[in-house]
Amino acid sequence: MSSGPIVSGKDPRFEATLYKHVGQPGSWTLGYYLANGGYQALRKAIQQGQDWVIDEVKKSGLRGRGGAGFPTGMKWSFMPKNTGKQHYIVCNADESEPGSFKDRYLMEDDPHQLIEGMMIAGVGIQANKGYIYVRGEYRRAYDRLAAAIQEAYSQGYLGQDVMGTGFSFDLYVHRGAGAYICGEETALMNSLEGLRANPRMKPPFPAQAGLWGMPTTINNVESLCSAVHIVQRGADWFASMGTEKSKGHKLFQVSGPFKRPGVYELPLGTTFRELLFDYAGGPTEPIQALIPGGSSCPPLPWNDEILDTPMDYESISAKGSLLGTGGVIGIPTSMSMVDAMWNVTRFYGHESCGKCTPCREGVSGWMVSLFEKMGTGQGQKGDVELLENMLDQIEGRSFCALADAACWPVRGSLKHFRNQFVDVVEKGKPVERMGSRWG
Amino acid sequence: MGFFDDKQAWLGEVFAQYPATPEGRRSALMPMLRRVQQEEGWISPERQEEIAQILETTTTEVAGVMSFYSYYQALPTGQYHLQVCATLSCAIGGGDELWDELVNELQILRGDVSDDGLFSIQKVECLGSCHTAPVVQVNDEPYLECVTKARLHALLQGLRQGKRLEEIVLPGKVGHVVHNRGDEVGA
Repeated sequence: MSSGPIVSGKDPRFEATLYKHVGQPGSWTLGYYLANGGYQALRKAIQQGQDWVIDEVKKSGLRGRGGAGFPTGMKWSFMPKNTGKQHYIVCNADESEPGSFKDRYLMEDDPHQLIEGMMIAGVGIQANKGYIYVRGEYRRAYDRLAAAIQEAYSQGYLGQDVMGTGFSFDLYVHRGAGAYICGEETALMNSLEGLRANPRMKPPFPAQAGLWGMPTTINNVESLCSAVHIVQRGADWFASMGTEKSKGHKLFQVSGPFKRPGVYELPLGTTFRELLFDYAGGPTEPIQALIPGGSSCPPLPWNDEILDTPMDYESISAKGSLLGTGGVIGIPTSMSMVDAMWNVTRFYGHESCGKCTPCREGVSGWMVSLFEKMGTGQGQKGDVELLENMLDQIEGRSFCALADAACWPVRGSLKHFRNQFVDVVEKGKPVERMGSRWG
Repeated sequence: MGFFDDKQAWLGEVFAQYPATPEGRRSALMPMLRRVQQEEGWISPERQEEIAQILETTTTEVAGVMSFYSYYQALPTGQYHLQVCATLSCAIGGGDELWDELVNELQILRGDVSDDGLFSIQKVECLGSCHTAPVVQVNDEPYLECVTKARLHALLQGLRQGKRLEEIVLPGKVGHVVHNRGDEVGA
């Protein structure tokens, strides 16, 4: 274990950084942050300059932690240089993928880490203004961020001439109001502009014409926080963790019937078994399926092969699912997979913005209605095939990825748990819990 | 009197967060809707019109944005608007049973306000606290986590006695307050 890449939380070389201060008393104050080396990475980034920052983040191999996994350094390099226009860095803190709750504690317990990450990104993309788009329900995160920003301004860590370096940066928080689609970056920009949060056509990409038409980069909270440590400790340190194509560490989240559900910071490439047994304490009741990275990722069966799969982008893809946000949900055997997918489909149906027909009619209308029919015991022979047909008609045909996100988990369930669907349809028996009907 | 008449200073601060252009001014819409929602419990047609006038847009535009988001209410709510998370992890943790309990106890449905004016209820989608399922949010206060039926009843009782949310002691505990749900409480 002492040579080669770090792919286990138990490797003695592994050290928590992102979540090191979460849960510590007073960790959200500037005093605490400074006492623990805060804002030194920003100083280094300003001294080394824009190109160095982008190169370092590129070299680290950091991929966007919001779910899509797009390389962060490359995203920053897409920004035009010296345009004379206002550039914006926007933090996507709309964390709404069911099963994900990591960013919440980053903001609640370490807001200065995020502020520093925003400014480092600002150096990288020549932005001197930033917005944190935080989901409206995260009250404590908002309160702590607002207080941290105020404190940072009052002591010269935000505003004009930050720390006497000549670098200036203004930071604002914009609160959402309950809409999953705002996690889609162009929808988020519309929401920030006070519009209905429908996604925008791409191109133009945000780097060309984003917020108010200006060059804009949007990054997830965890990505921005990771940049702080990459700048501070170097790309090589980050790349020493993880697998060949999935570098670094990640915040994994566990929910469902486990002994210690929660957030765990581990290197990419750690196995599901290590996360779910060594850290989360193992299941408290029999589990049939695992959703590996938030509800849009296809469920995988609970077996040794899956449990021994390393959690990195490639290994999970090879098993037919996605790393996503790293939000692992265990679905107990006591819950029918039809019911679980009914619930998930209802979620995406509710959250569809209504802009495009495949999603509005297909997901919110047809898929939800069919699940309601099957779930309440009114299914008929042929309904499973009908469901598959719907997936074929919707997937890949919608304006943004929301409809795909609705299709993937259902398709995954049909692949591994088809018998449960057939059972429900052929026996016409309602699924036991029937909780998924909208109240 | 208009809602924002005595909030000009606050409004100025909000506008200052965004570019000083007509498009930038429009960004104040969500903060303004939130302020009304927080103080009045819903956003009446009159308030929508007032916001439209201030932002120099139409009431239809305001209503269009308002109806897009779950947080803004088009009907009056109770003093305590209880939002129960219904999405997968909370459903696994007993969110639906909790909802049924709430409906039975208060004898109201979505859109109603209890006779005493205290409560209204709403099932909401994922609140982002899946490890402490099931989760309930009162107004826009920090979440109540691992809400068993016993904890729910203690909450209702406390609110009926006029206690503030942070004064109400819920039975059981939420394990490690930050990371873990703990073994003691939950589904």
